[in-house]
Amino acid sequence: MPFVTADTQQSDYDVIVVGSGAGGGQSAYTLCMDGAKVLMLEAGRNYSHTESSMFRTPDVAPLRGASTPDKPFGFFDATVDGGWSVPGEPYVRASEEDAGRFEWWRARMLGGRTNHWGRISLRNGPYDFKPYSRDGLGFDWPIGYEDVAPYYDKVEMLVGVYGSNEGLENTPNSPARCLLPPPTPLVSDRLIAQRAKRLGIPAIPGHRAVLTRALDYKRIPARLHPGNARAQKILAEDMRARTPCLWATPCGYGCAIRANYQSITVHLPPALKTGNLDIITDAMVHEVTLGRNGRANGVNFIDRLSGQEKHSAARVVILAASACESARILLNSKSAQHPDGLGNSSGKVGRYLMDTVGSSVSGQIPLLENLPPLNEDGADGHALYVPWWQYPEQRAGKLGFARGYHIEFGGGKRMPGAGTGAGLEWLTGGGYGKKFKEDVRRYYGSFVRFDGRGEMIPNEQSYCEIDPGIKDKWAIPVLRFHWQWSEHEWRQAVHMQSTFAAIIDAMGGKTRHPVKTDGAEAIAPGGSIIHEVGGAIMGSDPATSVTNRWGQTWDVDNLFINDGAVFASNADKNPTLTIMALAWRASDHILERLRRKEL
Amino acid sequence: MDRRTTIKWVLAASASLPLLRPGAARAFSAPTARGYGSDPDLSRSYAAGEPWPLTLTAAQRRLAGTLSDIIIPADDRSPSASAAGVVDFIDEWLSAPYPDCQRDRGIVLGGLAWLDTEAGRRFGRDFLDLAPAAQTSLCEDICDEVRAPPALREAAHFFARYRDLTAGGFYSSPIGRQDLKYIGNVPLASFDGPPLALLKSLGLA
Repeated sequence: MPFVTADTQQSDYDVIVVGSGAGGGQSAYTLCMDGAKVLMLEAGRNYSHTESSMFRTPDVAPLRGASTPDKPFGFFDATVDGGWSVPGEPYVRASEEDAGRFEWWRARMLGGRTNHWGRISLRNGPYDFKPYSRDGLGFDWPIGYEDVAPYYDKVEMLVGVYGSNEGLENTPNSPARCLLPPPTPLVSDRLIAQRAKRLGIPAIPGHRAVLTRALDYKRIPARLHPGNARAQKILAEDMRARTPCLWATPCGYGCAIRANYQSITVHLPPALKTGNLDIITDAMVHEVTLGRNGRANGVNFIDRLSGQEKHSAARVVILAASACESARILLNSKSAQHPDGLGNSSGKVGRYLMDTVGSSVSGQIPLLENLPPLNEDGADGHALYVPWWQYPEQRAGKLGFARGYHIEFGGGKRMPGAGTGAGLEWLTGGGYGKKFKEDVRRYYGSFVRFDGRGEMIPNEQSYCEIDPGIKDKWAIPVLRFHWQWSEHEWRQAVHMQSTFAAIIDAMGGKTRHPVKTDGAEAIAPGGSIIHEVGGAIMGSDPATSVTNRWGQTWDVDNLFINDGAVFASNADKNPTLTIMALAWRASDHILERLRRKEL
Repeated sequence: MDRRTTIKWVLAASASLPLLRPGAARAFSAPTARGYGSDPDLSRSYAAGEPWPLTLTAAQRRLAGTLSDIIIPADDRSPSASAAGVVDFIDEWLSAPYPDCQRDRGIVLGGLAWLDTEAGRRFGRDFLDLAPAAQTSLCEDICDEVRAPPALREAAHFFARYRDLTAGGFYSSPIGRQDLKYIGNVPLASFDGPPLALLKSLGLA
């Protein structure tokens, strides 16, 4: 039985994996396919992709599917028991001021936030692992692009990522036959690309974890698992069970046909098929336990169904609970040996939290008015994007900020919803009646939106710690967040605003709101982009980092961090693909050391 | 009555109307129902009134329907807002326990009451009993927050919010999707993108 309970679990696991999202899912997959016995602990409930809301329409949902505090991304969003607030599980913000605000997104469900993420899968480039060497800010990673590249290859082949190779600076190509073909762009995508190009801004095919065609089940399994016939067979069968995209319904609803990446549709099924994976859901891990030898011997968790404290044991413990939750578990794992929490001899656990710099501009484009009926669902957006293109200007010191951003954009005649036809006064002058209906038809599909996604540089003022007083409903001490942006991020956000306005202008359109020129107003609050990483950064010096190049904590030999917590920088590239690549790499390392009986 | 006179009347009327003042939401008792929670059943369909009870009075619903149909009347392509179920949607929205909905409850119920009061002051009747031209003349004064005189700003804010809710309710319905000729949300064997002729006409091919 792969789904077990505290009472039916085994006593001899090789590895405990805390968390079932991108990092946990990849870790379990890699370990199980190579024969390790794994117990996965997930804080939320069991969840299946068959619960997806594919093809559901707003008229059958409460409030026509609009977002609410219960479902922040709308009623049909796949997220269960999640959001920036989770009932009974508070956190503390040290500041309520906008500039110091950090909001913590969690998803308490099997698969975690991989069930609703944007599926944007960008590789870090060579610069992104050595930012300090380039501009003297932040930290270098103890690894380089060449260390991670083979794992990017593997992850892309396993999960299925569409994209193209353009050979642009610090925007790596994938090897031949790694990527799936990108989807054809919409009218709005093409217009944006055409006009952006006139400004010297390149729009190229996006990279997303969506199957634009079936995975090559005859070739890929042998590439991913050489010499492992059983793994190859399991993976080939599972790849055949995944259906390519059928070009409808938002990915965030979850995918019943398994066309996009969710840990529950890609990582967990083959891992379970090996027979090597047990999963306990509703298991709220709060502490790593140590044996007399000072090594980790398991974890303590609250069984959310009974409220009782339980223990699981294994030779190795991997935390992949998400950057902040993994930091919280470490900080709450206090003992006489480790009075400030586990892995924290450097004092760096919880430090250097980073999110992505976000800023948005929307506009209306007369050229896109009154287009004929078009099915513009496509692969759910991001057919094209703009990678950071101003490396030369930045090197020349012309920009006033140190790091880059990429641009996500979109438009089209998407499914009308509770917001359709709203807020048109700036175009209609407040019309109503038959004229209003004509106006809504005219403007439907003529809007475009630009979202900047930029690199935040780690700083000493952005961190989490354990709040001295407040506990959640399980009596687990909660996190308190401190947050501060620097001028680099603020200026970058302002640059985004003026760039997006320039593109809209070049399209003959107008922006919905005046462009923001104050960085503090232009930037989205910390945590709102849900790309938080750091909190247990990797490094080459135990005094200034929490883990080594393998995500192995300096202080405890058999304790690993396989999620975004180990990021030493947060490139503009969305973190999920890198989380998976690092988790695969670390898991290979763990397997090797298990074989050598070192763990 | 010319427009200048109307505005004078309205100024006088607004000065004595408490319903649209800050805190007016408190004048309307808030529903006590709970939300659908963080793990609702996504597989079933929800009719208005199922997630939480509807709370508008029959009179409020009638007035809401009339106003929705002034904003989105029937035309040769599609029926009116009320025929598309917008009143149920607005009732559900204003009866929901969520903060945005509760804020709208104060704005909309205050606004609907204001409409009747204002119709009485101008024409001596409830809004529903006015001739269409009189209803329109009143809406004309509050249909744009930018152009509305200061004394009518709050009423114009109500109208803008009500227009948004009406539009959202209408266009998210099957009737509204058809009106906009939305043709997606169907499985396709391949996604071929926009037709070449269209791209050429836009200078994109």
